[in-house]
Amino acid sequence: MTDSLDLSNLRADFPVLAREIKPGVPLVYLDSTATSQKPAAVIEAMNNYYRLSNANIHRGVHTLAEEATALYEGARERIAKFINAKSAQEIVYTRNTTESINLVAYSWGRANIKAGDVIVITEMEHHSNIVPWQMLAAEKNARLVVIPVTDDGELNLSRFESILEMGPKIVCLTHMSNVLGTINPVAQIAEKAHAVRALVLVDGAQSVPHLPVDTQSLGADFLAFSAHKMCGPTGIGVLWGRKELLEAMPPFLGGGDMIRRVTLTEFRVNDLPHKFEAGTPAIAEAVGFGAAIDYLVSAGMGAVSGHEREIIAYALDRLEEVPGVKVYGPRAERKGGVAAFTLDGVHPHDIAQILDTRGIAVRAGHHCAMPLHERFGLPATARASFYLYNTQAEVDRLVDGLYEVKKLFA
Amino acid sequence: MDDMYREVILDHYKHPRNYGKLEPADISYEDDNPLCGDRIRIDIRLDENDRVKEAAFSGKGCAISQASASMLTEEILGKSLDEIKQIGKEQILELLGIELGPTRLKCALLSLKVLKAGAYGITDADN
Ligand SMILES: Cc1ncc(COP(=O)(O)O)c(C=O)c1O
Repeated sequence: MTDSLDLSNLRADFPVLAREIKPGVPLVYLDSTATSQKPAAVIEAMNNYYRLSNANIHRGVHTLAEEATALYEGARERIAKFINAKSAQEIVYTRNTTESINLVAYSWGRANIKAGDVIVITEMEHHSNIVPWQMLAAEKNARLVVIPVTDDGELNLSRFESILEMGPKIVCLTHMSNVLGTINPVAQIAEKAHAVRALVLVDGAQSVPHLPVDTQSLGADFLAFSAHKMCGPTGIGVLWGRKELLEAMPPFLGGGDMIRRVTLTEFRVNDLPHKFEAGTPAIAEAVGFGAAIDYLVSAGMGAVSGHEREIIAYALDRLEEVPGVKVYGPRAERKGGVAAFTLDGVHPHDIAQILDTRGIAVRAGHHCAMPLHERFGLPATARASFYLYNTQAEVDRLVDGLYEVKKLFA
Repeated sequence: MDDMYREVILDHYKHPRNYGKLEPADISYEDDNPLCGDRIRIDIRLDENDRVKEAAFSGKGCAISQASASMLTEEILGKSLDEIKQIGKEQILELLGIELGPTRLKCALLSLKVLKAGAYGITDADN
């Protein structure tokens, strides 16, 4: 583990970062919150898997099947260690964060939520941590209660206290907002939720890639995250859950692999985590995920988050010096590497489009958080987000680009 | 891409023609682009021959969607509803004079979508 990142070497690990958007215009990738870029080690691990070891996993006795199974399960072990899970049995592979949350809402939710029960979400959630709970609440006639967001972009914790008096069954919140960058005090919230016997589901889509996350001190009962936002491939994610909870939950999808024994009239479910992994999974993607974990471990998550803290502090300073720019969310010390902003008189789409002509990739829109944008009275924002490979020079190019935008629209 | 922000587009964005609401209007329709939340409303008054006498648009959006709405409200003056129904994507792109990728095409065509829904007699302005 190193304390800081050697950026010159590290950037060379990501082939796409060498790309020019037009001749002479190098890519400045500031959209890692949507999906991160992938190091060569991940691309090669997946390639090698297909070139050398491709086979279906489990139940095969031939060499390739054994290798494929070992690679698939080996990745699970490393993911478990990465988030300090008590056992790899607590790591359920899914397609992404969205599917992980849906799994809990469907399996745990349908078995445990009754009419009138209270489900808590927050105003800063991504749609993937809102809609599954709306669906569950509608089906069960349960109540969905929302922790509001303050003007500073933090959760209103005194309102949370009064919501707790309603005796909620589950509290679902994001660890880090994908718009405001707010890092929520999960441990503190979980302690209070557990005191009224509510479970806590944490959307870790933004935290697991960017912060050291330890499931044994986080306070969560469930944690959802996606490989593609943490140097890994699309198509694979994880639901981590406390073993007792996962064991008590009914299966999600039915089919091959999730069963121990099937007759024509009934089935017995397989052990964890296979109980929740019906059908042929994303094997090459698991291999790539394992390589992504290795990559992040060697960079050091402490160094990754330290680097992002520095770059967001610099970015906020520089963005705020541009007249007409407003950045949303807490101050730099209280947030991750995400800056959602507006520029007076220019629509975020136009900002993103003009920046693109200068090779700068930012996102524009509601970032799958429409209720949060409504809260701030905004139809859309532009968003620059940072990861381990971004540099202060790239922030400077963003700011230069914004001055160009202002000139065009003046 | 560089000339997406041509002078004429920026001009229509900064100085939109026919911006505002017509109340009462013979035809009013409003819709949004779910991708970016842009919202456009178009109001039309017809003359005795059912041709467009006045047109106005309102709402917020990016330069492309605002410019295309502004240009469209000029373009349809004097046209019958049947003629409006014939307006296609190509004409909008011709008015704008640019090429657009799939995402921005939706911005460019939002006003046409709203206009056509109105012309076809869908009246629910809160839709
Ligand atoms: C906070 C947060 N939650 C959930 C998601 C959904 O992730 P995925 O699309 O990988 O399921 C995202 C990604 O956009 C996110 O940023």
